[in-house]
Formats: sequence, structure tokens, C-alpha cells
Amino acid sequence: MNSFLVIAIIIVYLSAIFYVAYWAEKNSKSMWVNNPYVYALSLAVYCTAWTYYGSVGLAATSGLKFLTIYLGPVIIIPVWILLMKKIIRISKGNKISSIADFISLRYGNDRFLGALVTVICVLAIVPYISLQLKAISETFNVITNHSLSENSIFNDTTFYIAILLALFAAFFGTQKTDASERHKGIVTAIALESIIKLIFFLVIGVYVTFYLFNGPTDIYNKASVLPNFETQQSIQGIEDGFNWFFLSMLSLFAIMLLPRQFQVTVVENQREKYLKTVTWLFPLYLLLFNIFVIFIAWGGNIIFQNQDVSPDLFTLLLPLKNNHEFLALLVFFGGFSAAISMVVISSLALSTMLSNNLIIPYGFLRKYSKRESKENIGSIKKIRRIAIFSLIILAYLFYRSFTLNRTLVTIGLISFVIIAQLAPSFFGGLFWRRGSSKGAKYGIIIGFLVTVYTLVIPFTIDSQLIASSFINEGVFGIKFLKPYELFGLQIFEPVPQAFFWSIFFNLMVYVLVSVNKIGSYRERNFAEMFVDSNKYASLNEDAYVWKGEAYVSDIRKVLTRFLGEQRTERALNLFYLKYNIDNNVQIADARLVNFSEKLLTGSIGSASSRILISSVVKEEEISLKEVLNILDETQKATESNKQLQERDKQKDEFLDTVAHELKTPITSIRALSEILLEDESIESGVRNKFLSSILSESKRVNRLINNILDLEKLASGRGELILKTNSIKKTIKKSINAVNQLALSKNVEINSKEITDLKLIYDEDRIQQVLINLLSNAIKFSDVNKGEVFVSTTIYQNNIQISVEDNGRGIAKDELGAIFKKFYQAKNQTILKPLGSGLGLAISKQIIESHNGKIWAANRNPQGAQLVFILPINLN
Amino acid sequence: MKKILIVDDEPNIVMSLEYIFKKENFEVFIARDGAEALDIIENKLPDIVLLDIMMPNVDGYQVLHHLKSTEGLNTIKVIFLSAKNKIADIELGLELGADKYISKPFSTKKIVKEVKKLLK
Repeated sequence: MNSFLVIAIIIVYLSAIFYVAYWAEKNSKSMWVNNPYVYALSLAVYCTAWTYYGSVGLAATSGLKFLTIYLGPVIIIPVWILLMKKIIRISKGNKISSIADFISLRYGNDRFLGALVTVICVLAIVPYISLQLKAISETFNVITNHSLSENSIFNDTTFYIAILLALFAAFFGTQKTDASERHKGIVTAIALESIIKLIFFLVIGVYVTFYLFNGPTDIYNKASVLPNFETQQSIQGIEDGFNWFFLSMLSLFAIMLLPRQFQVTVVENQREKYLKTVTWLFPLYLLLFNIFVIFIAWGGNIIFQNQDVSPDLFTLLLPLKNNHEFLALLVFFGGFSAAISMVVISSLALSTMLSNNLIIPYGFLRKYSKRESKENIGSIKKIRRIAIFSLIILAYLFYRSFTLNRTLVTIGLISFVIIAQLAPSFFGGLFWRRGSSKGAKYGIIIGFLVTVYTLVIPFTIDSQLIASSFINEGVFGIKFLKPYELFGLQIFEPVPQAFFWSIFFNLMVYVLVSVNKIGSYRERNFAEMFVDSNKYASLNEDAYVWKGEAYVSDIRKVLTRFLGEQRTERALNLFYLKYNIDNNVQIADARLVNFSEKLLTGSIGSASSRILISSVVKEEEISLKEVLNILDETQKATESNKQLQERDKQKDEFLDTVAHELKTPITSIRALSEILLEDESIESGVRNKFLSSILSESKRVNRLINNILDLEKLASGRGELILKTNSIKKTIKKSINAVNQLALSKNVEINSKEITDLKLIYDEDRIQQVLINLLSNAIKFSDVNKGEVFVSTTIYQNNIQISVEDNGRGIAKDELGAIFKKFYQAKNQTILKPLGSGLGLAISKQIIESHNGKIWAANRNPQGAQLVFILPINLN
Repeated sequence: MKKILIVDDEPNIVMSLEYIFKKENFEVFIARDGAEALDIIENKLPDIVLLDIMMPNVDGYQVLHHLKSTEGLNTIKVIFLSAKNKIADIELGLELGADKYISKPFSTKKIVKEVKKLLK
């Protein structure tokens, strides 16, 4: 195919992708940009050109092993969702913009750790980016029929493509200084490319399986007679099983730790619930992508039997050999999309890390703290842009100067193993409070060195085709140190064995150092926040405990340098509003300090923001015990606040009921008076009846008010009892006399024979009030035809029990306790409401309890209610 | 002659309402709780009901619900008369289908006016 035609199509294709990004950035509120599908598809940046060509290559040479790279992520999905929820919450809450920032913050804004993670990521990813460029270049040469002859950089199409990609990433990646904000343009373009690469791959898969061959069975039958088929296509014994297991585990770490995955999953996440769509869409995506891999590989093996053809290029060569150039072009563009998505996102993520965790904290901080906001913002953006260009060009040079004589997969896997070194400190930090920054640093360094020894060095030597005693004999001829068989471990292939040993040493060092050396108070604080993220999420700025002194004006100055006058003002006003703080306070509290740190984190990284803020804050060390105490107090304050609210609610309800009860008699009074006032022709009998009703309703209002005041007095403990020695028999008699008139009018008989006399100390008026209340209730509720009320006393232990019973309907079981509540009116009292206020029993209860007694209600056999109270004989 | 049913468990309120509506030439029925009210409604088919909300056994909301959901009774006008006069209470009452909500204490003139207006 004509190379100019291909270049022209590449330019059109790139313009289209740029336009989509531009459109998404312009229409950032559109439904097309903000939906869970764009989010889930953008995660498919995981599938790079390596997937496109490399997994076919791997399947062709070693069978089903390619699956491990996708199996890990699929198996982990449910756990992945849970973990991501936690990670996203922490990251959003702290304006974290990269995995380096995440790890550095967890271990107490550790500047060195952030830089270390950045370096590790750059070392792992730059070769990986160069791999993508290599894929573009190789496939371009294949499709345009160029020979792989040496040409100068300026004649190399790939160089120009790399520059265009750098422009794209730099333009859409650095619109805002706050790197923790989302890059909607890039993400939308990536999601689109994910669709393109999948569809094109499926097309070629169907083409190979059903056009070149007669379906899967046909390919299988033809492939199975090839030599080596058996050994390739199955798991061979326990050793191969181990290899499988560790490769799956490796890819599982990769999906969470790769900088580009962290970027699309965490930083670019808009809503937590989008993860739900990922649960099914992402595994489905991987599944679709992998369905045809094995058939294309087998197909290639059959057709290119005994020919010297790189299996990595089967996908492209199969249609070319059959003269289907258009299909080959589709394959090329599928791989091209996969490659450029990876390059763009990776360089964006790495540039953020480089600027926020390495360049700014180590090089520019002092400069920045003296300059104006405009210069600073410009400078931060410039650093990131230069970083993007440098990374891509570095990757390009790497690919040019190294003869990468290995399959795509191997370089990819080395990159995975290096990234996996972040796993112990990353996951440890999420779940283990004791994990310390020293442990993390030493662990990562050791793990990295082991990887270099067991994988990078032998691999480089291997790829330069230098026969070496190093691999075969080990260092100084010590067999124990043979890089591919460290400590005599022979069951693994090189990659799983490097992964195993590096993670083993990394983890050991991390755990041992952490256990032996406790981290600083700052670290422990963040450990607490990360591990128990749910508990601290609600505390916001209160989460971090801090002791010291700082002036608002100093902090304001620092913020202004990076955010500008306007944004600082707006942010601080919001903060004051949120916490209800006076705008004119001069001394900053812990909340403002924490808030400002977070505010800066997105722009310059957590370590730098910590250093800057602490330069204007005089901080005192706070012991863990103090931290716990302060947190404990916050807890208590929240609880007592809840109790207060509960009490307020009860008070409101009480007032509501009081208002209702007062309105009822007033309604009658008003209505009757209005009639009397306006109707002059009213009969005198009716008029008298109305007037006496008004009178009795007035008395009711009065009684109600007195009762409420009485109850409040008793409840608040202000109603002092007049305690004297009295005769209980006399008090009961007096009370019966008081209700005698009522009993007679209702024709109720009061029986009070079983009364023992006893002298004890109580407030006679109050106890009489209780007895009259109980007696009049009993009279009201006794049997309508033959009403009877019984009063009796019993003495037992140190108490006297006084019981008032009637022969009425009794009290419903579920109401026995409730009748002592304020304004409770039993449901079964029909027809006439009792004259009472609804407070009688509540008041009685208060009186009895202030005598250290008890009051309760029960039902009699066969019928009737029984109200009982006991008083202690020796009142202390 | 229009028929009115007064439902309230306060005898003096009932007495005043009974007096004014008799004077306005209504046929007046009285119920002291919701259950009694439902009985009278089924048997006498009043044109309008003055309904208290807080009553023992069957409360005003239940009476209204029965009225509005029963064929033949759902055209009967209902005025809630209640001391509950928070905005939320009033909104709830009207939402449930009451034609008018008058809070206690009320003016007798206003009640007569509203009843006549609804029965026009």
C-alpha cells in the first residue's frame, strides 16, 4: 500500500480524534461525555498494541498463557470494585492526582517516597511507551511494504506521530493547573478508541476464523496436527500451574497500579456509581477481545508453517497475504488506536507525577514560594508540558537505540514486574496501620534491585545476543545467584520467578522495617485515615489532628501564590461558610491548615503542599495518645449533640400537644361566645347552658395550665417535697372523701376495708393528689351499670403497696405502660372524654418517683384495671 | 333541606356547631368518633361532613379515606376541623382529598360561609 495514502489516513484519523477531544472539552456537560460507559471504556486503555499483536504472538508460541494477562483482572473484578471505591474516596477527599501522590500521602506526605514511586514508574513505563512506538513503526512498515532498513529520525513517520501525540497530550492534559481535576477531552477520545480497536479486532477475528477457515473446529483440527501443539495448549503439571498463577497475579497488580490505570480509574472518575457499569462491561470487553486471539494464532501457525515470520505480526500478515489490504488497514488502525491511547494516558499520568512529586518538590519549591501566582501557574503547566514531550521523545530514542530483539510480551511483562514493586506499600498502606514510610521505601528499593538482577540485566544481555556466563553461571560462578534460578529455585520461568523473588523481598523488608520502627505521628495519622477511610470521610477537615499556631494571612499568601487572588478568596469564603467561622479570624486552626494543604495538593503534589504550608505554620508534635483523646472528644461531642437533638424533638412534640390541648377548650369558648354575642334571640335556657359550658371550659384551660406547670416543676426537680411523718390510712380516707361526690353521682361504690395503717414519711398533699387522680380514674372507668372501686394496701419487704382497682373494661395490654405518658388518652375510652387534662398519670408518676417509689398498671381477673404504687417504708 | 354531619369528640364544640347549623336550617347529625360517623354517613348520606382529625378509634383521616374511596360517598363534601394547624398538616389534609381545612379555634361565621360555598 502506498505510504503517502497511509500517512494521509493517519492524519485524518488523528484529526478526528483531536476533534472529539476538543468537542468533549467544549461540551463537558454533555451526556455523551458524562456517562458510565465512557468511564468503563476508558479503562480499556489497559489493552495496548501489545494486546493487539503481542497476545497473538504469545498464543502462537506458548498457547493459552496469553489469557493470564486478562484472567487476573477478570477474576479480581468484584474485589477490584470494593478496593477502588475506597481508593477513589480517599483520592477525591485529598485531591490526589497520581499513584505517587497516593503513596506519598499515605506515608505522611513523604517527599522522597513520592519521588521514588515516580522514578520507578518512569523506569517501568518509558520502555513500555517505546514498545507502542515500535509497534506503530513496525506495522506501518509492514503495511506500506517498507523494508526495515535504517533511516534517519527525520525520515521516520513514527517520529512525527510521536510528536503529534505529545502535542495532543500536552494540549488537553494541561488545561488546568490542578492535576486532580478531570480531563474530559482525553478520556472521551480514549473511550472512542477503545470501541474502535475492539471492533477492528473482532472484524479480523471473524475474518480469520470464518473466511480463511471454516470456523473454530476447522482451525483446531488443522492446528492440532502441527508439531508442539500438545505441549503449547495445556497447563503442564504443577510448575506450569505456578507460572500461570503468578502471571495472573502480576496482571492483577498491574490493573490497579499501572499509572495509566490509576489515571483513568481514580483521577478521571466522576461518580462512584460508575463502577457498577465497570463490573460487567470491563470483563465483557476483555472477553470479547480475547475470543479470537487463539484462532488468529492457530491460523497464523497453520498458514505460515515453516516460514520465518514473527508471530507478533500474524494479525496484520494474515489479511495481507490474502491480498485484503483494506482489512489489513483496519488492523493497523486498531493497533494504532490501542498504541496512541496508551501513549497519551501514560505520558499524561507520568508528567503529573514528574512535576508534582519530583520536579516541583525538589527543584522549584523555593522559587515558587517567592513568586507571583501567574508566573507559578504558567511554570507548573510548562513543567508538565516539557515532561510530556521529554517522556515521549525519550521513549522514541529508547526504541531507536535498542535493538529490541524480544517479543512485545516480554518487555510488557518486565514493565509489569517493576510496577508490581509498588504493591506491598500500596495495599499494605490501605489495610495495615503499622506500615511505615521507611518500610515502604526500603521495600520498593530492594524489590526493584531484585527485579533488575533477576530480569532486567539478564534480559538486556539476552537481547543483545551476547553469550554470557552471568546467566548460566551466576555472579562469580555461584550457582545460587543465577538470575533465572535464584537460590536454586527452578520451577519458574524467568518472569514469574523474578516477580516471586522481588515481591518476596520487597514484602519482607516492608513488614520487618515497619514492625521494628514506628512511623512519625504524621504518618500514623494518615495511616489511620487511609485504613479507616469510611470513619474519617465524614470528618473532612477535622480528620487530621494538629497542634500548633499559624496566621491566616500567612496561609492566604501561600495559597495566593498558586491559586491566584480570586480562587483563594473564593475557596476561603466557602471554607468559612462551611464551618461557620468568622471571616476576620487571624489565627488559623487545624481545619484551615488541612483544608489549605488539600487545596494545593492537586496543583503541586501532597509533599510540596505539606512543605509549603508547614513553612508558615509553627507545628508542635502531638503524641498518639493526644490524637486519640481529641478524636474521642469529637466522638463524644457528636453523641451529646445527638442527645440534645433528641431532647429538642421531645420538647417540640410536648409543646405541640400542649398547644393542641389548650386550643380545644378555647375553640368551644370562642364558638359559644360568638353565638351569644350575635344571636340576640337566643332562648334563656340555651343561653345558660352555653354560659356554663364557657365557664367549665375556662376552668379546664386553667387546670391544664396548672398541671403543665406542676409537671415541669416536678420533672425539673424544683418542686420540693414537704416530707413529714403521716398515717397512710388517714391520707387514703381523705382522698376517698374528696372523690365521694363524683362516686355518688356515678353510682359507684368505693370499698376500702383492707387497709393497714402505717406511719411513714411522705408529702401528704402530693400523695393525696396521686390517690385522688387514681380514684377518679377508677370511678370514671368502672362498670357503667354496677360500678365498684377497691382500695387496698399490702406490706412486703421494705415497701408499702397501695392498689386502686375498678371493675370496668380494663386496659389494653399494649397500653399498660403508655398511659403514664404525657397527654396519653387511652383508645378504648369511648363516648365521653374524661375531664382530665391527660397529664394526671404523668404527674402521679413523677410524684411517686420523687418519693423513690414505683407506679404501674395491670389488669384484674376477670375484668377491671388495677393501678398500683409502692412507697419505701424507710425513705432515705 | 341540606344534611350536615358534625364529627367531634368535644361535646361543647359539637353543641355550638349544632346550634348554628340548626339555625341555618340544616338537618344536623352528630357523631362523637370516626366509627359512629361512618355509620351515620352510610345511613343518612349527608351533603357535607365537618370532621375533626384527632379522635379515638377511627380518626378523621380514616373517615375521609373511606368516603373518598367508596362509590356513592365520594361526592360528599368534607371540611377538616382541627387544632393541628402546621402547614404540613394542612397540606396533608388537602392532599388526602378534603375540600377545605379550617383550623381551630374557628370563627362560626366563617364556617357557615365555607359550608354554604361548598354546597352551592
